[in-house]
Amino acid sequence: MSYYVLLFTMIVASFLFVGVTMIVARLISPRSFNRHKSEAYECGIPTQGNTWVQFKVGYYLFAILFLMFDIETVFLFPWASIVQEMGMNALFGISFFLFILILGLAYAWRKKALEWK
Amino acid sequence: MYDFSIITTAIDQFLRSLMPAGLVTFLECVLIAVCVLVAYIMLAIVMIFMERKVCAAFQCRLGPMRVGFWGLLQVFSDVFKMIIKEIIDFKRTDNLLYNLAPFLVVLSSVLTFSCLPFANNLEVLDFNVGLFFIMATSSFGVLGIMLAGWSSNNKFSMIGAMRSGAQMVSYELSIGLSMLTLVALSGTLQLSEIVERQADLWFIFKGHIPAAIAFIIYLIAGNAETNRGPFDLPEAESELTAGYHTEYSGMGFGFFYVAEFMNLFIVSGIAATIFLGGWMPLHIPGLDAFNATMDYIPGIVWFLGKTFFVIWLLMWARWTFPRLRIDQVITLEWKYLMPIGLVNLLIMTLCVVMGWTF
Repeated sequence: MSYYVLLFTMIVASFLFVGVTMIVARLISPRSFNRHKSEAYECGIPTQGNTWVQFKVGYYLFAILFLMFDIETVFLFPWASIVQEMGMNALFGISFFLFILILGLAYAWRKKALEWK
Repeated sequence: MYDFSIITTAIDQFLRSLMPAGLVTFLECVLIAVCVLVAYIMLAIVMIFMERKVCAAFQCRLGPMRVGFWGLLQVFSDVFKMIIKEIIDFKRTDNLLYNLAPFLVVLSSVLTFSCLPFANNLEVLDFNVGLFFIMATSSFGVLGIMLAGWSSNNKFSMIGAMRSGAQMVSYELSIGLSMLTLVALSGTLQLSEIVERQADLWFIFKGHIPAAIAFIIYLIAGNAETNRGPFDLPEAESELTAGYHTEYSGMGFGFFYVAEFMNLFIVSGIAATIFLGGWMPLHIPGLDAFNATMDYIPGIVWFLGKTFFVIWLLMWARWTFPRLRIDQVITLEWKYLMPIGLVNLLIMTLCVVMGWTF
């Protein structure tokens, strides 16, 4: 059997698993209505202001840095799987690539982008 | 060594003798899905029980003792209780995303779970890019968590989701780098092939120092990736009530809880597979009698034994260290673990190229 069939099976199975359990839980669980029940739970005090506001920029900065290095990891996977056949060439080739990346990390470090302010 | 494909081909041939081929494929898919989901739930229940008992042992308590012998039925009663709890619909949530979030979290962990090789030929998804596939599927768990936090319209959830996003995204790099280190040593991405290549010696011994460093980095990053241990600030209960799943009740919360425990199992399972030899018994080159004796222990016992050993290490870390601050978490990853991981990758490559491995 092809693995793609199994992959599709597992995707459908996990969706059915969550969906069916939620429906069953909704059917057999008790119901009661209360005006204050459907408010946001913030320790009993009425919620102040809007939640969907502009957020701290620090998180965004790390997401950008992550993108850069995650794509690097994607490029490194095929390289890593043939290191043994390529021998010394693989090491020289990749050290140039890694040098440029480490330069990027050093730049971010120098610019204090890695500091949490 | 026990080959599990004997059983699967026997079932396959039995079904084929009874009904047409299309129906057999469908029936086998259903059978596999049911088996995986049952294993998923049972392992989650075992792990929740283990967590409570280990936590109790570290705090000099007994843990759950009342329900069943030695508290064994406690988790079953908890699961049942969670199913009959009311699911509250909130007024100001983004309903579509709020209901979608548990689906994504469970989907990510079920897909990753079905990649693990439990024993010889006992694995569901065995792609030739297995490790890469695991990286891809495990990374959209963070999507579910972000959606849960964002759609809840609750400040605690929002802060928890943001922290969780920054942390999981950062530590994924270290997980990737330490996996890469082992891929350079093994020369393949397919999980069953990786296990086969550890038949003479496990990779953590074969790759000696660089592999050991990669193992430690993997454990730290894995602990952060599952939002546990000293890295549990996304759901820091003393400051954020419950973090990103504050607004979920009943089974919605249950799925986040189960997926979190199963992510711990998956992280440990991958560590056991790529570092400690998966289902491969302990073989020492030169000691043939010892190797033959070890082969009598079934592969699944080896795999689960190694996995639960790694889980125990992570639980030990969780109940020992105090929680980090967010700036410490970020500093640890970007200024220590990632540069060390990159240098370690180069050292491992040098060792592989020069033949300095066992």
